[in-house]
Amino acid sequence: MSARWEHFEHSADVGVRGYGATPAEAFEQAALALTAVLVDPATLVPRERIVLHCTAPDRELLLATWLDAVIYEMAVRRVLFGRFEVNIDDGELDATGWAEPVDRERHHPAVEVKGATLTALEVREQPDGGWLAQCVVDV
Amino acid sequence: MELGGLTRLAECAWQIPMQGPMRVPAVIYATETLMREMDEKVREQISNVAALPGIVRAAYAMPDAHWGYGFPIGGVALFDPREGGVVSAGGVGFDISCGVRCLHTGVRSEDVRAVQRELADALYARIPAGVGSTGSLSLRSRDMDAMLGGGARWAVEQGYGEAADLERTEEHGTMAGADPHAVSPEAKRRQRDELGTLGSGNHYLEVQEVAAILAPVQARAFGLAAGDVVVSIHCGSRGLGHQIGTEFLKRMAIEAPRHGIALPDRELACAPIDSPLGEEYLGAMRAAINCALANRQVLTQLVREVFADVLPQARLPLLYDVSHNTCKLETHEVDGRTRRLYVHRKGATRAFGPGHPDLPEALRDAGQPVLIGGSMGTSSWVLAGAASGEASAFASACHGAGRALSRHQAAKRWRGREVVDELARAGILIRSPSIRGVAEEAPGAYKDVGTVVDAAERAGLAVKVARLAPLVCVKG
Repeated sequence: MSARWEHFEHSADVGVRGYGATPAEAFEQAALALTAVLVDPATLVPRERIVLHCTAPDRELLLATWLDAVIYEMAVRRVLFGRFEVNIDDGELDATGWAEPVDRERHHPAVEVKGATLTALEVREQPDGGWLAQCVVDV
Repeated sequence: MELGGLTRLAECAWQIPMQGPMRVPAVIYATETLMREMDEKVREQISNVAALPGIVRAAYAMPDAHWGYGFPIGGVALFDPREGGVVSAGGVGFDISCGVRCLHTGVRSEDVRAVQRELADALYARIPAGVGSTGSLSLRSRDMDAMLGGGARWAVEQGYGEAADLERTEEHGTMAGADPHAVSPEAKRRQRDELGTLGSGNHYLEVQEVAAILAPVQARAFGLAAGDVVVSIHCGSRGLGHQIGTEFLKRMAIEAPRHGIALPDRELACAPIDSPLGEEYLGAMRAAINCALANRQVLTQLVREVFADVLPQARLPLLYDVSHNTCKLETHEVDGRTRRLYVHRKGATRAFGPGHPDLPEALRDAGQPVLIGGSMGTSSWVLAGAASGEASAFASACHGAGRALSRHQAAKRWRGREVVDELARAGILIRSPSIRGVAEEAPGAYKDVGTVVDAAERAGLAVKVARLAPLVCVKG
């Protein structure tokens, strides 16, 4: 399965979904879908390297925790992430993100994301052996 | 929503009878048309809420209810701690104490039209709005804790606004029981530079004209007359509230089984009110309420400074400040017995009826002002709490229009620049840092707020007092 992301419909908020060959790759793509709520990730020029780490008792909560960690870094550093590398090992997630400071004139970010919800939260293997990771984020 | 299986209690009241794990029935207040348009998910979610431990009388959904996370947006539920009642982070929402504040201006619409462009530009220059914006205050630890404990009262003490503003704010400007130590360092860090900012999404600051008076007696008590100009501010507790909401949602989901709470869905995550986690959340959530009250108070001062420059004859006393994402301890009578209950209102406004002791004296006979934000470019409403509201839904009413189209659908259908130009031709000036954000918030993306407030009135939740039409909108 080729890695990709998409949004899915939620009446008030936005669903983010990532696909990948492994859970880690699906998590990377879900985080790119998160960036895409604000801005087209392809338009970013990410230079700043940011290290992230999180843990959770199960895979679904790890996804919500991971997306919350990305949202937190976006908020306090005022950056947008254009690329991620995620490793997951026994409930622990280590990641590197590459980000660019928000430039309101160039990015025109649409809306800030408040947090990941547990709504439509799923991490599961697909019939083709690839992985899907998704949840609704509150905007 | 399919109406099969519902009991129609009244023209605008529909009951979902108890079934399965439900401990009480659920009641939705809406017209038949709104019911048919309502998301099927509302029925599922409000039925799930009715199954939570310690819920009292019924779970309620307001006329603007839609699919939320756990609780529907537009959901109201009361819990009794003596009966194992719970508090839910999802039942409050991430934008804790998001709300609306309305200021008088003392000027008339023709005064504003004469300087409309100048006023729009000055407000846009002064009010930090949109993704990545920062306020002029940077709060370090001691000031942060003082703000989280003091709310709008703290802001007034720092020189933002006047003592008279506090009487016109819920909780008199300070939410009691806030525990700044229950707020994580991450939540405080996220808030450090965000006090006095509007945020983004459906948050806005509008200059509005009183377009119609529907209830003259209450309008007089509220100080509203046709042609008057008011300023409405819609925003919440910013990054601090968002961080608290996300942290406790996950912690409650993890801990629920330890408390013997069987959740039909993890998103209903909650904790007993009388548990360490429940108490910690209440302390943090109340601190976030204070953060929202302080935030709207700081913004109020910025608005007053802009008006002093552009329309120096204006005076901007506060009409009222309401919050629509909260959990508060209130006194209500249930089956003839007075009880202290924890009231979740998520996307629902407190609406105390006439005579309620918590209302300021000048408003007590009229009932509480209930401020309903419209979507960008459309009407907003001032309602008054109705005497019948206590029996209907424990003195609660709707909070806004609710989306008809998702952000994605809206961005595909409209172009932000065209929306701005079209509204300008209609005499409404929009100022926003994000043209895509404007498209996603286009007026047509929302339901008609007029039908929502009609339903609230017909259901006996509140009385329509005045319709407000926008002149200037600063959009985050």
